[in-house]
Amino acid sequence: MGNLTVSTSPHIRSAVTTQMVMRDVLIALAPATVAAVVLFGLRALLLIAVSVATCVLGEFLFHLICKKQQTIGDLSAAVTGVILALNLNTQVTVWQMIVGALFAIIVVKCFFGGIGCNFANPAATARVFLAISFAQVGAQVPTVYTDLVAGATPLGNLATGSELPSLVDMLIGNRGGSMGETCVIAILLGFVYLVVRRVIKWQVPTVFVATVFVLSWIFTKDIHMALYYVLSGGLLFGAVFMATDYVTTPIRTSGRMIFALGCGILTVLIRFFGSYPEGVSFAILIMNILSPYIDKLTAKVPFGGKRK
Amino acid sequence: MSGLLGNLRIPHRKNTASMPAVKLNPTGDILLPMSQHIGAPATPVVKAGDSVKVGQKIAEANGPVSSPIYASVSGKVLKIEPYLRPNGQTVDAIRIAPDGEMTPAEEIVPPEIVDMESFLLAIRESGIVGLGGAGFPASVKLAAQKNGKIDTVILNGSECEPYITSDTRAMIDGAEWIYKGVLLLKQHLGIEKYIIGVEDNKPECIRKMKEVFASAEGVEVVTLPSKYPQGAEKVIIYNTTKRVVPEGKLPADVGVLVVNVSSVLTLAQYIETGMPLVSRVVTVDGDAIKNPQNVEVPIGTSAQELIAFCGGFVNEEDVGKVLYGGPMMGACLATLAEPVLKTTGAILAFTKKTSKMQEPTACIHCGRCVSACPLDLDPTTFSAALAYGDKEQRVQILQDAHIGLCMECGCCSYVCPAKRPLVQNNRLGKAEVRDYLAHQATLKK
Ligand code: SF4
Ligand code: SF4
Repeated sequence: MGNLTVSTSPHIRSAVTTQMVMRDVLIALAPATVAAVVLFGLRALLLIAVSVATCVLGEFLFHLICKKQQTIGDLSAAVTGVILALNLNTQVTVWQMIVGALFAIIVVKCFFGGIGCNFANPAATARVFLAISFAQVGAQVPTVYTDLVAGATPLGNLATGSELPSLVDMLIGNRGGSMGETCVIAILLGFVYLVVRRVIKWQVPTVFVATVFVLSWIFTKDIHMALYYVLSGGLLFGAVFMATDYVTTPIRTSGRMIFALGCGILTVLIRFFGSYPEGVSFAILIMNILSPYIDKLTAKVPFGGKRK
Repeated sequence: MSGLLGNLRIPHRKNTASMPAVKLNPTGDILLPMSQHIGAPATPVVKAGDSVKVGQKIAEANGPVSSPIYASVSGKVLKIEPYLRPNGQTVDAIRIAPDGEMTPAEEIVPPEIVDMESFLLAIRESGIVGLGGAGFPASVKLAAQKNGKIDTVILNGSECEPYITSDTRAMIDGAEWIYKGVLLLKQHLGIEKYIIGVEDNKPECIRKMKEVFASAEGVEVVTLPSKYPQGAEKVIIYNTTKRVVPEGKLPADVGVLVVNVSSVLTLAQYIETGMPLVSRVVTVDGDAIKNPQNVEVPIGTSAQELIAFCGGFVNEEDVGKVLYGGPMMGACLATLAEPVLKTTGAILAFTKKTSKMQEPTACIHCGRCVSACPLDLDPTTFSAALAYGDKEQRVQILQDAHIGLCMECGCCSYVCPAKRPLVQNNRLGKAEVRDYLAHQATLKK
């Protein structure tokens, strides 16, 4: 008999690994990905593939150059790639896609220390980055941020008052917008999967969406319009896949619900009072920055602990 | 949350639940360390060459927080040798060569009990410690009753660690003794209320306990969910009485005493027969053990002999870890020469594959550890604090986050998808705070 292994307790661990969590997120993103290809054609597939490849390769090369242990196996880079692509529309060029993906993975994730260390959601940040830079760069590429173009999405329509797509079209995604955000059914499938697999708590997206619904209702005094506000833009996609990112949101469920509430309020404020018709990515980004403070706010006095 | 503490689902693996303990009569050396409890080591009262019999006192308790030690076999004292405890302390240990006769000592007579004082003395003389693994001498816990502070006794029959079924067997095979034990406590301590807490994955125990206590007044059998860690002291106290033991206080401060069902059984046997704690039931299990079973074994028997009694290993070459205790909180053995102690409820042996732990990766801030902690602690804060360069700052953060409350139950490490060594970090953090406070105290002097 060889030497006995000596290690500290506990000696059993749950089967769940980081890789499994990320794989579940990829599976949850699959319906939205398929819907994107069906609705927007093979160009969507190309862009998603470019985004994922750039993210994974970018992280791989960064770690290679910095002589850090490789982490692409945990699949988080692939998740970022898919989410980023699904956040953009098909008019984005391939090189813009590459720039956006590199920004997300290198600047937002790797520079801050890699998985678990970034304070902002890479995909949300890259989307905002692309919107700002290319809107300012020139009018010839105004379509990167779909919502900037009046009439391109229902949100634009709401802002300009032109005709709205039917609710059925909204559900199946037969409307303009980012690749992954239009098909409501696909997003809901992903949501249910994530909840069933206990990757996310249902409360977080629900609070986000409910906040937007209620506030839109109050502002428009029209429940029908409020429904459109919920179903259009990147709200559902952002609420399910971005506001639930572990790394950049508070650690306790209570904190995450405050986070979601904040996201909802900010989204509505930006949509109604900001110069952009869409505010989900901005809202998530701002709340990302506030997350550490929410964590402090929601720190619990432990069981039997003395209040300090 | 269901309003109860403890929410972790872990595999139960109570493979040996239906197996009454089989007796082992050791042939190999018996090694009895002078400290198998929290507190001062006992003082040997025998020397090399002495003949001893089962139940003969071979070491005297040393001060109030201590416990006497009895010969667990008949035979000859070979020598008194140094023994290294897992906590790093070196104590004396008495090595006995058994003669195989198991002759009981003539001095065995039931203790004379006239009042609470003599009852507490009897408990102390019984050699019972631990009442649940920590090894706190039973008499010390019960002494709180001298000033009448305790109104409720909780009999801990939750046995929440996977694999272990020694308490399960105690409740099934020794139900009558547990009943007698409760009557004795009632009679001599004047405590009226008794709660027997059992997890719902042991229906036979619940049925048996309800049966023997059917007509007993003030005794309630409470079914607990089989969610880890139901058996942790603070958890079972809250889940059965809704009382909260504040930080830095003892259960007695909120009027409760928690005793393990097996301890009550041993106590009843001692008071009726005079035979002190000399043997115990150990669950031997794990995927590296050939014939998993419950064994009643004299204390001091080596792990080696106990495992051999259970058919040995499935494959000698494929043994990764051998544990004393359960997989959530148990400790690894470095050698099989280790003796069974008063506090050893199980010996588990795992194959290399089962023993293998995954390498930790970066924390993804998923919050699973926080949700899993039965006490609402945030283990990520503890781990993060250890990274601070400044010692004062480290200690400050650790204390602000109430690290002292951590009971090292293992829930946080268990659920972590990044396989972070959270409990290990908590231990480091606790040690750091302890050292710092001790240092401050010496500075003051
Ligand atoms: S080991 Fe400590 S921090 Fe971890 S779950 Fe148990 S009590 Fe909480
Ligand atoms: S469970 Fe592990 S990965 Fe999740 S927050 Fe806790 S330490 Fe981090």
